[in-house]
Order: sequence, then structure tokens, then C-alpha cells
Amino acid sequence: MEVTQPAVEVHDLVMRYGAVTAVDGLSLDVSPGTVTAILGPNGAGKTTTIETCEGFRRPQSGSVRVLGLDPIADAATLRPAVGVMLQSGGAWSGVRAGEMLRHMASLHAHPLDVDALVERLGLGACGSTPYRRLSGGQQQRLSLAMAVVGRPRLLFLDEPTAGLDPQARHATWDLVDELRTAGVTTVLTTHFMHEAEALSDVVHIVDAGRVIASGTPAELAESGAKNTVRFTARPGLDVIDLMRALPDDTKVDEQQPGHYVIAGHVDPGLLATLTSWCAAQGVLAESVLVERQTLEDRFLELTGKALR
Amino acid sequence: MSTLDLSPRPGAAATGPMLRAQAAMELKLLARNGEQLLLTLVIPLLLLVMGTRSDEIVDLGPGRPIDIITPGVLALAVLSTSFTSLAIATGFERRYGVLKRLGASPLPRWGLMVGKIGAVVVVEIAQLVVLALVAQLVGWDPHGGAEAFGWLVLLAVLGTFAFGALGLLIAGSLRAEATLAVANLVYVVLLVGGGLIVPLERYPGGTRHVLELLPSGALGEGLRDAFAGSGPGLLPVVVLLVWGAVAGVATGRTFRWE
Repeated sequence: MEVTQPAVEVHDLVMRYGAVTAVDGLSLDVSPGTVTAILGPNGAGKTTTIETCEGFRRPQSGSVRVLGLDPIADAATLRPAVGVMLQSGGAWSGVRAGEMLRHMASLHAHPLDVDALVERLGLGACGSTPYRRLSGGQQQRLSLAMAVVGRPRLLFLDEPTAGLDPQARHATWDLVDELRTAGVTTVLTTHFMHEAEALSDVVHIVDAGRVIASGTPAELAESGAKNTVRFTARPGLDVIDLMRALPDDTKVDEQQPGHYVIAGHVDPGLLATLTSWCAAQGVLAESVLVERQTLEDRFLELTGKALR
Repeated sequence: MSTLDLSPRPGAAATGPMLRAQAAMELKLLARNGEQLLLTLVIPLLLLVMGTRSDEIVDLGPGRPIDIITPGVLALAVLSTSFTSLAIATGFERRYGVLKRLGASPLPRWGLMVGKIGAVVVVEIAQLVVLALVAQLVGWDPHGGAEAFGWLVLLAVLGTFAFGALGLLIAGSLRAEATLAVANLVYVVLLVGGGLIVPLERYPGGTRHVLELLPSGALGEGLRDAFAGSGPGLLPVVVLLVWGAVAGVATGRTFRWE
């Protein structure tokens, strides 16, 4: 009987650079056929983790298994099966875009059709442009093409959409989506919440070298603080009285004159209480807006708002 | 629009085609680089032409200037490609993450090295053929017959080994800019004072004994002896082998891929 083993298993990984601990006991599993986002602020240890999975670094402590193998000891077996997109660089400065992709294809036994891939990622117009003259977005797309051209089983994409315009970002998302449908497992790092939300089945939020929260984007967003209801009405309503009418752990705040925010567990009952309270006061609540907490709210809640 | 079958079908290309592709790529990029052309052909050609009148600039010793300078220019050609070009190209490959990226491709690391050696050897063959032909056009009269050309092949191979290992040692440990500076500086220093072009007998006694133990002195003097019709003996062979072996081991220990 076939047991589905994780495509990637990271267990208690610790990585230090001198006095700096980049990864501090990080553990995560990636299920085959899924898209997993490692989300975190700059310096959280995302790249170090992914590069350890790619076999560029040896775990100083803890263990990493990729497709059930050791990324360094079994590198020869893993390299053809794992597609890698580095955060930057990876091509000669004088190489033409098409030439680089063709070269990468020639190192694989069953590469994708290079022309179709070039067309798909909109690289046709810059096929004969030297790498150093490509725009940042074109370099990113070429790098993505280089990662997928060998028809890998598993993809590591390090900030795949950094510096992309919205069109190119959507083209990248579409491709990752199609790769998932085709059975490819993808692990990507990002610090764009929107990307993690739009693209991934599972999100691991990483901060200071550890996973501090994991789940589907929806689970993560909901597991945090309460949702909010915003409404406008005439200024100076008695918010204390309204709070008494609402469930215990609900807060009401008049943020600006006439603009009210209710934070708490928002359900139909709460809305009904609000509208009947307003009716009793002879007040019309306008622009009632129920806001679900986004992954970004949750992310900031977990990792703090300090710049780093 | 053609469809893409994205379903996984991993596999490395066969080793032979993979190595050929890598060597061809390296060669293409080397040939595309204008500065490299200057280093590999223009400077040696200028020296050859100047060599016909070198007695008016600097006294290279007894004999026809072109016969003295040509073996040195051939040695310089080996140095320029196996050391300077290789070091600079590899230094920037490291800087731009090419070595890192290829390290994650199906191409094994030794394959990367084979590709480099392949490109260097092809360039050197072209250089040596062009330079030897031009030298003969401007009056070079090689002695020593086929045996001398045999020595040329042997010493060029050993010189490439020694200089290539030294070039990779630098490229694998210094930053790209530092590699660029050191590789060019060493080229100039060895060209002027390393026993490459100027016969060792023109140097003061003590210096001479140091220079013949340098790879530049060994290669230059070995080729001059070979084309003077006297065999160069074992010394240059041993010197180049030892430099290559020591630098090779050091490179293996210190080379950083990123």
C-alpha cells in the first residue's frame, strides 16, 4: 500500500550565520500536490529554509527531507526532479534570454517545449536580449521558466513575483495554479499576503526563524482577532449604552465623529441587535460594513508592526 | 497556441550531450566577450609583430628577436585563457549566481568544470594555431621539428592545468571585482617580469632561480628551449605539475560556489 509521504519535511531546523540565528527550530511539512506559501517579514529565515531544502546549505541542527531524500547526499537524484527559482540572478550577464532557457532545457531529459513556455510567459519579445538588459520583471519570468522547464515534481520559488507588474504577477499565479492541477508540488516564499491568499493551499507564517502559525489562508485569517462592523450615523451616539446592548466582549468606538467601529464576534444576531438599538434611538445606521479580518491583519497581529 | 504539458516528468539529460551543451555555452559566452578577445588574440599578436623589431626596444639576448619572442607569446596565450579569462569568467559566474543555479540543475559540479576546461582548450587551440601561423608569416623559424611541437602540446596542457587551478583558486575565494583586478594584474606582472616573454638568462642570477620555479617561468622557458631545438628537460614539467596539484587541492578545499 502506498503511503503518501510529505514532499518536504523540515524538522527542528536551526541555521546560524555567525552570531545571527536565521532559522531557529523551524518545522513544517508540505503535502504532495499542494501549493505552500512560506510567509514572513524580511529576515524571517524564509530564504535560508528554502535554500537548505534545495541542498545549498547543510542543516546545522535538525533535519530536512525532500521527496523522502537527503538534499545533499541524494543531490544527484533530486536535482532533475526539483525546479529551483532563486531570489535573484542565476544567469550569465551576457547570455540571451532564449539561449539561457534552451540551455537549461538541454540539461533535462524531457524538457517542456521551450517556444511554448516562452510564449506562455510573454518572453518572446526579449528572447534575444542579453540577460543584463532584461527588466527586473523579465528576469523574474525567465528565472521561473528555468525552474519549470525540466518538468519537475517539486518546485521551490523564492519570491517569485517580487518586482513584477500586475499582469506578470497574474501570469505567474496562473502558471503555478496550472502546475498544481498537473500534480506539481510548489513551495514558495513571499511577503505579499495577497499572493499567499490567492495562491496557496497552506500558509506557514514565519517570524524570527520559526513557524508561528500554519493553516489555510481562511483558517489563519479567522483564527485571529474578531471581525469588525463599521457604520456611520449622526455623531455623539451613546456608545456605552450600545456596548451594554451587545455581547460582553464587544467593543464600540467612535473613531471619527459619526464613524463607528464595532469589534467582536460578528454574527447575524449582533447585526440585529445593532439595528434594533439604532431604531430605539431613532437613528439610521448608514453604510453598514462587515469586514472579515484579512490574512494581512492576522500577519501584522502575529509579527508586529515594527519595521525591520 | 501550443499547449504545455506541465505534468512532472523529471530526468537528467544523458551525460555526453549535457557536457557538450555546457562547454558550447561557455565557449559562446567567452567568444562574445570583447575584452577576452583583446586578451587572447590582440595583445599576443601585437607582441608578435613588435617582436620582429624587439631588439630596438629591449635586448632579449642573442638570436633573432622573433625566434625568442614567439615561444613566449605562445606561453602568454596559454596564461591569458587558462588563468585570466577563466578566473574572471568564473568570478562573475559566482557573483551572478550562475554557479549556484547550475548547481541546482542536473549538471553535476564536475560537469561544470569539464565544460570550462572544454571551452578553455578549444580557445587555446585556436589561439596557438593562429599565433603560430602569424609568427611564421613574420619570420619565425622554429627549431626542434615535430618534437618541439610535441613539447608545445605537453607544456600547454600542463600550463593550463597549473594556471587553470590558480585561476579557479582566486575566483572561488575572492569577490568578482577583486578577482578581475588580481587576474589582470598577475597577467601584466608575469608578462613583464615573470619569465614568460623575457628569457631567464636576461634576469639577475638569484631572480632567475626563483623565476624558473614559477609556472610562468617554467612555461615560457620550457617553450623557448623546445623551439631552440634543445629539449626543455624535466624541470618545467615538474614545476607545472606541482603548481597545478597544489593549487588544485587548495581550490578543492576553498572554492565557494556562491
